[in-house]
Amino acid sequence: MTEKLHEYVKQIKEKNADWVVSVVEGHGEVTVTVPRTAIVEVCSFLKDDHDFDMLADLCGCDRGPEEDPRFEVNYHLFSTEHFQRLRLKVLLTEDEPNVHTVSMLWQTANWHERETYDLVGIKFDGHPDLRRILLPSDFDGHALRKDYPLRGYEPYSLN
Amino acid sequence: MGLENTLFESLPDVVTVNLDAVVNWARKSSLWPATFGLACCAIEMMNSAASSRNDLSRFGAETFRASPRQADVMIVSGRVSRKMAPVLRRVYDQMPEPKWVISMGACATSGGVFDNYAIVQGVDKIVPVDIYIPGCPPRPEMLVHAILMLQDKIMKESVKDRRDTFEAESRESSVPGTLPVTEDTALERELHAEVDAGTAARPYSVPSKHERRRSS
Amino acid sequence: MATAVENIPSQFEVLDQPLESEMTLSMGPQHPSTHGVLRLDLKLDGELVVNVVPDIGYLHTGMEKLFEYKKYQQGIVITDRMDYLNPLGNNLAYVMAAEKLLDLEIPERAQIIRVLMCELQRIASHMVWLGTHALDLGAMSMIFFCFRQREKILNLIESASGGRMTPSYFRIGGLMMDLPAGFDNRCRQFLDDFPEALETFDTLVTGNTIWMSRTKGIGVIDREEAINWGLTGPSLRGSGVNVDIRRTNPYSGYETYDFEVPVENDGDVWARFMVRMRELRESHKIVRQALDRLKPGPIKADSPKIVLPDRDDMRKHMDSLIHHFLIVAEGFNVPVGEVYMPIEASKGELGVYMKSNGGPKPERVHFRGPSFVNLAALPVMSEGEMVADVVAIIGSLDIVLGEIDR
Repeated sequence: MTEKLHEYVKQIKEKNADWVVSVVEGHGEVTVTVPRTAIVEVCSFLKDDHDFDMLADLCGCDRGPEEDPRFEVNYHLFSTEHFQRLRLKVLLTEDEPNVHTVSMLWQTANWHERETYDLVGIKFDGHPDLRRILLPSDFDGHALRKDYPLRGYEPYSLN
Repeated sequence: MGLENTLFESLPDVVTVNLDAVVNWARKSSLWPATFGLACCAIEMMNSAASSRNDLSRFGAETFRASPRQADVMIVSGRVSRKMAPVLRRVYDQMPEPKWVISMGACATSGGVFDNYAIVQGVDKIVPVDIYIPGCPPRPEMLVHAILMLQDKIMKESVKDRRDTFEAESRESSVPGTLPVTEDTALERELHAEVDAGTAARPYSVPSKHERRRSS
Repeated sequence: MATAVENIPSQFEVLDQPLESEMTLSMGPQHPSTHGVLRLDLKLDGELVVNVVPDIGYLHTGMEKLFEYKKYQQGIVITDRMDYLNPLGNNLAYVMAAEKLLDLEIPERAQIIRVLMCELQRIASHMVWLGTHALDLGAMSMIFFCFRQREKILNLIESASGGRMTPSYFRIGGLMMDLPAGFDNRCRQFLDDFPEALETFDTLVTGNTIWMSRTKGIGVIDREEAINWGLTGPSLRGSGVNVDIRRTNPYSGYETYDFEVPVENDGDVWARFMVRMRELRESHKIVRQALDRLKPGPIKADSPKIVLPDRDDMRKHMDSLIHHFLIVAEGFNVPVGEVYMPIEASKGELGVYMKSNGGPKPERVHFRGPSFVNLAALPVMSEGEMVADVVAIIGSLDIVLGEIDR
């Protein structure tokens, strides 16, 4: 089942060997770790040449303040032609939690990236409208980080 | 024995009532809810209002008014998030007196399953609540029971307890966690008298201690 | 025009050429359209919409953070409240993601009952969609008929799991409990009565010229844009793309059932409406096939360290008691890994991304809610439409704010 996905990985490696940092396979899925600066090129290569025309999900994850790199962003690609799913992963450090946006390739990335910025704090360069989407706009901090407490900081007040 | 008896004997077809009874009967029989459906409890509220099985309109809660200016009771059904809290308070302020609040479901009553940064732990931190309904979500029959309980509560009120408050005044005067309407009113004094005399019909008519809680 | 300007009191500002400036209208979080707390900033030119900017977050519950603090089994309860019209679908997605991480093998009876319950839930969710969509567009009597059918389904779900809208019926490894006695008869009775209800809906709505003129040609989105904006589910199939997760990435035995995937080509509100009406019939077929296939058997996977033992077993045998205690008190450790489990919920592709770091609590659980992605395409669909059409388009997208805001 994952042979086709490994073929895609091979195609990516043939195009440019720096683009693939590591490949992990598990539970019928293949995860390709891509360097932070190359994500837009990899995505447009997969979208234009290999028919991965839908971005199913884009989500960020905070591994915890002790880990280095601290953040990661996962891109779940899906194709409506051959129905394969591939995951791309980008690792980001705490000092530079920036990655370039892919919203010019898939319009759906717009809201997903806003949500990731809102909850985890990862900034997307070149995003047309990067502001909070779920939390109130005057909220302080990023809620889904591991060092943000579950119950929040201040007691509830009307203003 | 007195004037009223001679009147009653001479005009046997005239029935005398006092103003409170008439006004309260009118208020309770046409309680129009304001739509404040937030989450899952809203669907159960729709079940009790828009479904022919549990039908609220037979008790007078006929139409769910979209505009709070035409509504009597606000049924807060669902979890109130921090972004929604000022909106909730504003809608409550826009309702004219007399107004009541029913807090439907566990999330509106006390935060429910969600004890975290995003949910207000109980809508009585923002608006004064008259009836709390537990459940997650409560069955539609429980909402009907709550409306009936509210109708009983309204029958015991007095016209002199309620007066129109202007929006700014009401927002400044009510401290979150207190109930400005039922504090030191005829209703409460009567209830205390009943409890002391031992004739109160528990558990419905006695306000529980946490209704008078000042802060969290 | 000049006399009107003179009569305006001095504290009001008079705009130059007031008829040519854009008006911003805030369709606020509390409004009668029953889809939840959504705020829309409409930029209007008279009655025509120039742009729509949805403002969400009024129901944000922090569920993804809560998952990280709860053991895997405890998280099932929270998934009920996410898309509250399709709680069994949310349960299924979460439970199957955990089972994928654990490499559990689910017995056949549990899989058949899961399919049965999910399709019943799909019918119930579409009932609410149809009732509220019709209510928004003015056909007020539909909601009574739809909720009548929904009551029957909720009774069935309540008899199986104990909860009408928050069943939490599935567990990691199988089901909570077996179906009760008499479920088969009641379900068959519902299935026999349902086609008549579908005919009533068709008479009331589908053949209605007012309905057709209010929905045909409104809110068009074409194929490439639909895929680019990430639409899934009936909204995507209404634009001519034949993608259904039950066919493309099958799960829980869906490849063995005989059903069609309805696809329409126009991409407007009418097309999405027809896709969902046809889906009701297909779900009806699947439920009947699942009922016919049921055979007695185990309903939980054979994995004592993960699945709770039966109560009788627990009371009589020491090892079952110990397993029960450990599972409930400490939870089970899930091996390190990450999965993305998509299922076809009633609104589209509900995907769960679950990442585990070896402990009893997940490291990250992310729900890709279909309504979240579908709503982002609203500005594209409603440009150039009138304000009343925006209500029709929101109804056709079938959004649930619990899933959007999580």
